[in-house]
Amino acid sequence: MLYKNDTIAAIATGASNAGIGIIRISGEHALEVADRCFRAKNPNKKIITTPGYHAVYGNVTDGDVVMDEAVCLVMRAPNSYTTEDVVEVQCHGGTIQLRQILKVILKNGARVAEPGEFTKRAYLGGRIDITQAESVMDMICAQNELAARSSAAQLQGALSDKIREIRSFVLENVAYIESALDDPENYSLDGFSEELYQQVEATSSEVLKLLGTAEEGKMIREGIRTVILGKPNAGKSSFLNQLLGEERAIVTEIAGTTRDTLEEEVMVQGIPLKIIDTAGIHETVDIVEKLGVEKAKKSLEDADLVVYIVDGSRVLDQDDAYIMKLLQDRKVIILINKIDVEQVVDKSWITANIIAPMIEISAKTGEGLQEFKEELTKMFFHGKLSFNDQVYITNLRHREALSEADLSLKRVLDSIRAGMPEDFLTIDLMAAYEQLGTILGEQPEDDLANEIFSKFCMGK
Amino acid sequence: MPQIEEQYDIVVVGAGHAGCEAALAAARMGLNTILFTVSMDSVALMPCNPNVGGSSKGHLVREIDAMGGEMGKNIDKTYIQSKMLNESKGPAVHSLRAQADKAEYSRAMRMTLQRTDHLTLRQAEVSELIEGDCKEAAEGSEHSVCTKRIIGVRTLSGGTYFAKAVILCTGVYLKARCIFGDVSNPTGPNGLQAANHLTQSLVDLGIKVRRFKTGTPARIDKRSIDFSKMIEQKGDEHIVPFSFTNTEEDIRREQVSCWLTYTNETTHDIIRANIDRSPLFSGMIEGTGPRYCPSIEDKVMKFPDKDHHQVFIEPEGEYTNEMYIGGMSSSLPEDVQYAMYRSVPGLENAKIVRNAYAIEYDCIDATQLKASLEFKEYEGLFAGGQINGSSGYEEAAAQGFMAGVNAARKIKGLEPIILDRSQAYVGVLIDDLVTKETLEPYRMMTSRAEYRLLLRQDNADLRLTDIGHEIGLIDEDRYAHFCAKRAAIEEELKRLQSVVIGAAKKNQEYLESVGSTPLKTAASLSDLIKRPELNYDLVAPLDPDRKALPADVIEQVNINLKYEGYIIRQQQQVAHFKKLEKKRIPDSVNYDEIQNLRKEARQKLSQIRPSSVGQASRISGVSPADISVLLIYLGN
Repeated sequence: MLYKNDTIAAIATGASNAGIGIIRISGEHALEVADRCFRAKNPNKKIITTPGYHAVYGNVTDGDVVMDEAVCLVMRAPNSYTTEDVVEVQCHGGTIQLRQILKVILKNGARVAEPGEFTKRAYLGGRIDITQAESVMDMICAQNELAARSSAAQLQGALSDKIREIRSFVLENVAYIESALDDPENYSLDGFSEELYQQVEATSSEVLKLLGTAEEGKMIREGIRTVILGKPNAGKSSFLNQLLGEERAIVTEIAGTTRDTLEEEVMVQGIPLKIIDTAGIHETVDIVEKLGVEKAKKSLEDADLVVYIVDGSRVLDQDDAYIMKLLQDRKVIILINKIDVEQVVDKSWITANIIAPMIEISAKTGEGLQEFKEELTKMFFHGKLSFNDQVYITNLRHREALSEADLSLKRVLDSIRAGMPEDFLTIDLMAAYEQLGTILGEQPEDDLANEIFSKFCMGK
Repeated sequence: MPQIEEQYDIVVVGAGHAGCEAALAAARMGLNTILFTVSMDSVALMPCNPNVGGSSKGHLVREIDAMGGEMGKNIDKTYIQSKMLNESKGPAVHSLRAQADKAEYSRAMRMTLQRTDHLTLRQAEVSELIEGDCKEAAEGSEHSVCTKRIIGVRTLSGGTYFAKAVILCTGVYLKARCIFGDVSNPTGPNGLQAANHLTQSLVDLGIKVRRFKTGTPARIDKRSIDFSKMIEQKGDEHIVPFSFTNTEEDIRREQVSCWLTYTNETTHDIIRANIDRSPLFSGMIEGTGPRYCPSIEDKVMKFPDKDHHQVFIEPEGEYTNEMYIGGMSSSLPEDVQYAMYRSVPGLENAKIVRNAYAIEYDCIDATQLKASLEFKEYEGLFAGGQINGSSGYEEAAAQGFMAGVNAARKIKGLEPIILDRSQAYVGVLIDDLVTKETLEPYRMMTSRAEYRLLLRQDNADLRLTDIGHEIGLIDEDRYAHFCAKRAAIEEELKRLQSVVIGAAKKNQEYLESVGSTPLKTAASLSDLIKRPELNYDLVAPLDPDRKALPADVIEQVNINLKYEGYIIRQQQQVAHFKKLEKKRIPDSVNYDEIQNLRKEARQKLSQIRPSSVGQASRISGVSPADISVLLIYLGN
């Protein structure tokens, strides 16, 4: 693609039928394009003569046909998001109407923006760095409030600041080693490696901490993957329905009704959950059921949380033993269901096998549901998942670069332990420095920018 | 009035370290070459330190030797002490340095020049470049109407020497001025005649000229020095020749010693008390000096907390009493010099033979050059050495060599040889000079090379002999010898990989006896050599079938195995680096047409006209975002 400063346009607001819709035009001829399809109420006013950060009121017109009432907000280069001339046409919402107005604008000299092109121009114009650009993408695509908050933090440069801090530490040490190589009279390396070891260890754990937030970052963006697991007819689907507040999964009294996994997204007290309801796990010869059981096991692999539902009215058996084996080393909440009927279950056998909070509920009456929600909130806010004031890595590319950087730092530690001369340390220190640089877009890369911007949603 | 008029293929202006290499390379490539010098007595002169090599500079010498340069051979003939520096550090920073007998060094180089076919030595001051008629541009070319050309030189006495290429290697001689205290002499180093006319010719051609300065310490009579107060610095027992054509046996000889002493607070007080008499501080010196090679007064003023600085006392040769006072270059007045030197232990009764002085000279902004060292604006005009803003004999020789090779290749209609930063220190040096604006004399340093584990002094031949052979400066005998060495290394590496040692009692006992751990499973010899506590020699008792191999083969085998992981990682970094280097920027690019470049980047790119996106990314003032814009413009 040959990058030209041609003029682009796209609908900037989401696809919902909101009250106001915005179409953004950016580029060298944005003002002229807008003038061609907009008539100000005051006939003396033209967009082209309107100063930056001023608005003009009037009608969007296609030739002589009035399309809609609108306000045009003018931003002049370089004081706009893209650093180019920008006109934002604010008109009445409604997807179909917005599309028709966009068509008129395109007819008058703009072309439709490629995904991410506005942000790409902002980056190329030096307005934002790459982490900020990627955050914009995450924000647009964010599925919930928490993800939006994390994106906002990255956009403000919290991640950039953290990475910059680590990078400058790395660079200082490389510089010191190099100075000592070129000017041994004035720079001594006595005891340097020992000191560096401590510092690199600390830095590596900083990087690991950032990487740790990557897991949480993923949860925030997609919701916590919560798998409901249990024997057939333990009440998994009933529980899900209670949570969803409506009957969506099919519930019957016959064991094995849910033969596939079902996915639902639900907000529980502000925490996004992606709930995966599974087929009951039991020994079976039914080929369809067998597939369901395999699928349930598979969904465990990338579960952030497992809700294990035990039928309190039945005695534990081999199937329960098998499930508990699957749940080793996982984050689990145990629900003893059906407390509205007589209880025969031996809870001590469960606690002897899994360490996890246990709550008694009745999926039928809704009893105990509040306790479950509280437990969930507690785990999220007071446990490892605390998110207040933290920087989250919500982006796969950042995560890979951080892993690479950490690997390089670990190699520095290996080298020091092996007693390698200091000049060897700079090889892996520089590698870490460059890896971290790619997160900030401060390392010239041949294919990075295009790769990132091609992932953008339309219109921003 | 009748005037001399002669025709050559190549004119080289200046017979210092750059000029000698340029002229030798060109003549050896079969081109009719004339080498001008202001004085036949200053050919390959070492007007400052009496040594060749040192940290990273030693690498440059070995690199040009691998391609057929002369400096390595010449110092091997005339060294009086040899030392491998940094031996306690990794192999990447081992650096060879040899003390030279200065007079012998000059004499030997002059002899080599005079014995070379196609080469004419001529004492004369070149005062003017002759511009040729504009060469009509090829049809369809948009950006310049025609290419400007240089077709020869004129000397001060009026002689005209036409040539297909002119190489400027003027060193520190252009409008040179030597200064100490309030004494200012309009001469080159050592009172030699300066070249006072050529600068004007360069300026008239529109070439950007700047003024740099450097300096040298006093020389002191050996008989007036009390060496008992100093620490002796002997040469190495086992010496490594600079030239790959020599073995230790070829050049072994009796070595002389250097001596180490220190300045003290008294020295520093003397300097501080007289600093107002320094021409640097009084403003008499306008040129920019090197931060990396500061005068003693610079060091004292810039590092007030240091109570001493190293001083190396180095012989200038075997047939002279003059001793070089390394670390104490100065431009202070004569009386202060006496007081200052005499405050140093061992120099209490020092008699100065030559005063320390600073020297100012004209040089060019090397961003006007392509990586081939040809001027972008003038076809047929090349520059190498200190005129390009570098400092040091080795830096000069390396550039002179490349300029000579590329001028010759141009005449032969061949593509220039351009080494990149991952191939050689020579590549780093030239890339830095032509890409970054050098605001002070440029000195080679190990820290400037990103891939120094690959650019070792010990493997310069493996990196560059193929290129030297392609250029035509490595003859078939030497090349065959080199190929045999390379094959022997590969073969031995393969063999060590395939020989597997079992956990026999004898083997286990031996491993324990040399402080290693016994084997748990069978292991190859190469795996054993990779253990930090072992090496090629130490595993010999486990390797009865081992053939006797030359030391340089063993060295490569050992380094390749012991540092394998690091070498592989550095190679990966190089692969990454090459991606942007391979993206060429066509000469015809008009940066004004590329929207979205920042103004500063646009200016810098238009001025320097980088040949690749990689080079563009190293220009200061060009940001990664500008590089993205450029990549997208080029169609990525």
